[in-house]
Amino acid sequence: MLTANSSQTIATDRGAPFVLTASERESIEHAMHHYADPRAATIDALKIVQANHRWVPDGAITAIADVLGVSAADVEGVATFYNRIYRKPVGRHVIAVCDSTSCFLMGFDQLYGALQQKLAISPGQTTPDDRFTLLPIVCLGACDKAPVLMINDTTHFNVTAENIDSLLEQYK
Amino acid sequence: MTSNVNIGLTNVGPETHPLTWRYTKAGKAVVEIKEYEAMEGYAALKKAVTMQPTDIQAQVKAANLRGRGGAGFPTGVKWSLIPMGADAGQKYLVCNADEMEPGTFKDRMLMEELPHQMVESMVLAAYAIGATKGYIFLRGEYVLAGERLNAAIDQAKAAGYIGENILGSGFNFELHVHLGAGRYICGEETALINCLEGRRANPRTKPPFPQQAGAWGRPTIVNNVETLMNVPAILLRGADWFKGLSQGKSTDSGTKMYGISGKAKITGLWELPIGTSCRELLYTLGGGMADGLGLMCWLPGGASTDFLMDEHLDLPMDFDTIAKAGSRMGTALITVIDDKQNILSVVRNLEQFFSRESCGWCTPCRDGLPWTVKLMESIEAGEGQEGDIETLHQLTRFLGPGKTFCAHAPGAMEPLQSALKFFPEEFKKGIVQKGIKA
Amino acid sequence: MATIHVDGKTYEVDGSNNLLEACLTLGLDIPYFCWHPALGSVGACRQCAVKQFADENDTRGRLVMSCMTPANDKTFIAIKDEEAKSFRKSVVEWLMTNHPHDCPVCAEGGHCHLQDMTVMTGHNTRRYRFTKRTHINQDLGPFVNHEMNRCIACYRCVRYYDDYAGGKDFGVFGSRDNVYFGRPEEGDLESEFSGNLTEVCPTGVFTDKTHADHYTRKWDMQFAPSVCQNCSVGCNTSPGERYGEIRRVENRYNGSVNHYFLCDRGRFGYGFVNRKDRPIAPRLAASNQTFTIDSALDKAAELLRGAKRVVGIGSPRASLETNFALADLVGKGNFSYGVAADEQALNSLVHKVLSQGNVTTPSLRDIEKSDAVLVLGEDITQTAPRIALAVRQSAKTIALAMAAEKKIPEWNAEPIKNIVQSQKSPVFIASVDATRLDDIAAATSRASAADIARLGFAVAHIIDANSPAVDGLNSADAERAQTIANGLLAAEKPLVISGTGLKSQAVIQAAANIAYALKTRNKNVGIALTLLESNSLGTALLDTQGGESVEAILTAVRDGKADVLVIVENDLYQRAPAKLVDAALKAAKVVLVLDHQTTATSEHASLLLPASSFAEGDGTLVNMEGRAQRFFQVFDAAYYNPANLIREGWRWLHALKATLDNKGVDWSRLDDVTAQLASSSVSLASIGAAAPGAKMRIHGLKIARESSRYSGRTSMRANLSVHEPRASQDQDSALSYSMEGASGPTNDSQLIPFAWAPGWNSPQAWNKFQVEVGGQVRAGDLGVRLIEAAASAQYFTQVPASVSVLQSAPLYHLYGSDEQSARAEVVATRVPSRYVAVSTSDALKLALTDGQNAEVSVGDTHFVAPVKISAELAVGVIGIPVLAGLPKVLSGLTVSLRGSV
Ligand SMILES: Cc1cc2nc3c(=O)[nH]c(=O)nc-3n(C[C@H](O)[C@H](O)[C@H](O)COP(=O)(O)O)c2cc1C
Ligand code: SF4
Ligand code: FES
Repeated sequence: MLTANSSQTIATDRGAPFVLTASERESIEHAMHHYADPRAATIDALKIVQANHRWVPDGAITAIADVLGVSAADVEGVATFYNRIYRKPVGRHVIAVCDSTSCFLMGFDQLYGALQQKLAISPGQTTPDDRFTLLPIVCLGACDKAPVLMINDTTHFNVTAENIDSLLEQYK
Repeated sequence: MTSNVNIGLTNVGPETHPLTWRYTKAGKAVVEIKEYEAMEGYAALKKAVTMQPTDIQAQVKAANLRGRGGAGFPTGVKWSLIPMGADAGQKYLVCNADEMEPGTFKDRMLMEELPHQMVESMVLAAYAIGATKGYIFLRGEYVLAGERLNAAIDQAKAAGYIGENILGSGFNFELHVHLGAGRYICGEETALINCLEGRRANPRTKPPFPQQAGAWGRPTIVNNVETLMNVPAILLRGADWFKGLSQGKSTDSGTKMYGISGKAKITGLWELPIGTSCRELLYTLGGGMADGLGLMCWLPGGASTDFLMDEHLDLPMDFDTIAKAGSRMGTALITVIDDKQNILSVVRNLEQFFSRESCGWCTPCRDGLPWTVKLMESIEAGEGQEGDIETLHQLTRFLGPGKTFCAHAPGAMEPLQSALKFFPEEFKKGIVQKGIKA
Repeated sequence: MATIHVDGKTYEVDGSNNLLEACLTLGLDIPYFCWHPALGSVGACRQCAVKQFADENDTRGRLVMSCMTPANDKTFIAIKDEEAKSFRKSVVEWLMTNHPHDCPVCAEGGHCHLQDMTVMTGHNTRRYRFTKRTHINQDLGPFVNHEMNRCIACYRCVRYYDDYAGGKDFGVFGSRDNVYFGRPEEGDLESEFSGNLTEVCPTGVFTDKTHADHYTRKWDMQFAPSVCQNCSVGCNTSPGERYGEIRRVENRYNGSVNHYFLCDRGRFGYGFVNRKDRPIAPRLAASNQTFTIDSALDKAAELLRGAKRVVGIGSPRASLETNFALADLVGKGNFSYGVAADEQALNSLVHKVLSQGNVTTPSLRDIEKSDAVLVLGEDITQTAPRIALAVRQSAKTIALAMAAEKKIPEWNAEPIKNIVQSQKSPVFIASVDATRLDDIAAATSRASAADIARLGFAVAHIIDANSPAVDGLNSADAERAQTIANGLLAAEKPLVISGTGLKSQAVIQAAANIAYALKTRNKNVGIALTLLESNSLGTALLDTQGGESVEAILTAVRDGKADVLVIVENDLYQRAPAKLVDAALKAAKVVLVLDHQTTATSEHASLLLPASSFAEGDGTLVNMEGRAQRFFQVFDAAYYNPANLIREGWRWLHALKATLDNKGVDWSRLDDVTAQLASSSVSLASIGAAAPGAKMRIHGLKIARESSRYSGRTSMRANLSVHEPRASQDQDSALSYSMEGASGPTNDSQLIPFAWAPGWNSPQAWNKFQVEVGGQVRAGDLGVRLIEAAASAQYFTQVPASVSVLQSAPLYHLYGSDEQSARAEVVATRVPSRYVAVSTSDALKLALTDGQNAEVSVGDTHFVAPVKISAELAVGVIGIPVLAGLPKVLSGLTVSLRGSV
């Protein structure tokens, strides 16, 4: 991790060699055809890898760069720009809690505090059992049902400190 | 788990609710093509392909459809700036479905509940501007919308509304859903184009505008979801009809998706004549503030708009009136701030959002916003120092329009500058004289 | 032209610029960060804000970024407007919220653009009282240091490294106030041009690591206008000295040559000057006795006097003056300029093509404007790196054309990039192995030198049927030739690049034919031919007066036809087979060596005289373009150490001749030598114009080599004597060894030792010396072109035959193939170890594995080296790297190799 105070990181070493699976490669190549330039599939490619690994391992950056014919620096530049691409390992379930205006007005602080307490982690951290990672997220576009959070791909509405227990139970 | 739309008016039909009537009528999402077709679906497209593209542009211009993405730029004018003719080369249509403006939840609903209407709008608009490729730039978190749009695209392809020689018109069109990976700035149309190209979403220099040189350097039109979804009805019923939809409440045309979030009795989304007042919205449809709470102030259309007060409740919510009142209509989904809130905390929360979402390209935004946040935190904690308020004032001026690279930081300054204006005493309370804690 | 109004005054400006450029050109200061004259505008930093008014009646105005606003006719702006001033001050204040205020320990301090701009905007009180973001730094290799906390996120580095220099291993990561500029992973920067980061970065994020362990503030260094000695391009440099050591080399702006950028070999390869093993006093081998200057001359004269025949070997890395003085000493027929016969023939061929052909050779700056380029045979990134960087820019000419169509001005960098996307003007590359320009190539082909030449001849023949045809060309090559010919013919300003690196006359001849053929099609064609050393072309010009090859001279000595051998700045073991060198050195009665390095050759000197390197002497070099450029003495070595008796080669040699002839010294100053040189040769007649003479003065003053803040003068010699001596006097140039004299833009001459202007301590000060920003130096770019193209040309007619046996080709390495820079310790760390390159299919045929030792025979030389299997190497070619310890080979020699056990 190069930046001392951030959740976005870039790696200092690449770790074990990474190989794209045949289906990952195929999906990336498929996505490339949607655009005038293969580079445009960078985000798709990162997401394809992330879907399989939960995060984007270091070696995937070069592997993706090779498929797309762009530099690893460019892929890493994109990977670290977008907050929904994880360049650090995350737990099995990522809880993204909306901290924008309406949720804030409707009790985000209490909800976030309760989650931290219950999971015994701070934002950006993963529970020791690798079950949950807790992150903040921008407005999820469901402000009329605030507070809102997302676990993996599912948005949950009207979440309060009181009903988080039953919600988290659904994620093992 | 889907959004629900609260309908404020009794007689809901295509004549009065061009955006949402199908949803209301069906009582649920209209996701199957047959169902959609049964409700005037793709009728506008069928009409469009018999017309000259420039005539469609003219009609949209005559209807005075203004961009629903927040800035209110006339859509017909924007379209007319794109090069037409045989030698114009590859052009693109991009739908801005990156909705992340805090307090805004209209595009999500429109796409989730009416995916075919989105798809038809895309094909139609693409035909009007001569674009053979289109992208719906959808924020990654809108999973359901993504699934429904992709299904709708597949159905539309099978039905011949997308693909080669659409409806025998000779017009070809390819449509993809491009998923984002987070970051509010992607909603800025040129940052969006960079993201679409697989780059870091820094905004681009304007000029050249996207109409001139957008995606992959080619002429590109970027429009908001709601903007585009008005187009089929305009084609079917005409510009004059569309203008009349505001029922004299505004010189602007059409209806608008209005919404309420925050501690109102009823929160939700309504399609109403443009120019409906906030009072009508909040007190008639929203039932007023939640029990025991008063209204401290409100954001007319997202985090990047100036706070308005009680005295502004009766103003018609349209682009020009709200601008004259010192704010912006923005997305027209109001956020109400109740009188139990600490305005300093609310502003701090807003600035945290903008600071975190800065792309990091230009200095005032990248480095000015975090400073703003730290000052706000300090004042909120009662640790503000003499001069801090002046510094905040200076930041609102120097992070204002024209001084930063794009409109992100100016947007961030709107709630701050209005809070400084309306609640100066609250700020003063947070200042410790000479930096020594009382 | 356009009329603009700035702060109530009216100016005429070039309307194609932006307001920032226009104002800087007018001498008006506007602070900026993200704009760079070579990188254009992106409007990111917001530092250059000015107030713009709609017309003369508008009093409100609005802030605009001057770098993003065209300097159109009837533009009204105010730089001094209060709001604009206050905004600009705020920009620095924002940047400073995360900047560590570590100037006292920062290597950039004193030539820092951020410091300058902070002073310029008047930001002097810190209001920000919160924590700063911090970063972890990367080890970027031996050249460039990384200190990310100092970053102000102007994005210049990434725009330079990626967009300008085509780097692939550098980027920007993260977002918001947490953007990070570096490599995706730690490791050496791969670009051959990484050192420019140290000048492009406006603060101390990227600094010269080689400077760090003998660090000196810019204001405490002494500088001189100098010329890079490490290849034939002749980039202009500004070496900085302290205590008799070169501490750093920076780019010196020359609008026709390197403008703002150097390659890393040029910037970091200076260490040979500082070597502790350099000879500094005359030394007699027999007695190990050292001498004073006069006694050394007497001794040398004594050794030469009884000679039967004195022969001399000069050097293509020594100045014209030194080679000339040697030729003068030993006389016609006894002189070699120091290269092997084959290289001499190649150098003469280049001279012939440039002077007897009808195609002009472009300046480096002109190369950037070519709209189609063919690189025939030469691996320019390794042999003439700065040309490769220029070719990269030429690939972008299409972008400018596409942008112009959309009325986007050249300075508006981002839209141009967005519009052109990945399209490029065509660059065709024919080479024996992969090159570092392949990534921009429209087409590459790998072939042996003979086949590259054949391809070239075929291209020429397609373009003009009067040029010789190629018999038996295979269909693949015929197709390639057609593609290349079409590409060149479609261009308005095509350029053919080749060089002596491949050591194949046929390749150069083919390149010449293509250029001549394009000329018959009325193209504005150019030909650029690279040579191997800093003065290769210069010595070839001397060669027009006759000259022998190194082998001829050595053979004469070996065979007893000459008994005294004078060797100047040359290690003969790099030039001729060791056997011959050994035999000649043994046979010679006297071996007199003048050098600034201790070499295998100088070890054999009977008498060794300490010659100056570029740092302690003046002289003239002729670059590949035929541009004579003068370098000037940076410091007086004897000032620090009176025992240091280093003198220019020409000074020694001329004094020796005077001693021998018992005459007075005619050449007491450099100007005397150049005058003599000019009168001695038609091709060198204008050599005097290479730089202003010693008599030039600026308002009656010499030009200061030191900044006016130079400190410690009175004490720096205190170890020798507490009395401060008078500053050394420079008879040879208009430069003074002191801070007294003209400096900064008032020095309106071509001689600019260092970039500095009041308020501008960083290299950005160059903008103050130019006619217009990014243009020529006001007094004209330094140097004079010696070669003009002829009115007509004759095609070369000898098309080589294709060779089917295994054949040799030399392979070059930026670090290692140039002997002199490789003597710099830091460069030595980057020199590859020896190898022999074999193509994948040949390795298979020969049953060789990667890394296995192979016995190689080329002609009558044999060596053993580990095999490197190269996927891109042309089949049938055995690549023999040009590295110390391996024989230097021509292309096309028959090679045999077998795996040794
Ligand atoms: C920081 C920023 C964020 C934006 N986010 C969005 C967005 O999420 N959706 C949107 O439609 N427009 C957004 N916009 C406005 C777009 O730049 C653009 O004006 C709009 O998509 C044009 O469409 P319209 O003319 O149909 O409104 C944003 C603008 C800025 C400056
Ligand atoms: S490292 Fe230097 S050049 Fe790069 S963004 Fe930071 S300050 Fe600018
Ligand atoms: S120099 Fe103009 S914005 Fe940076």
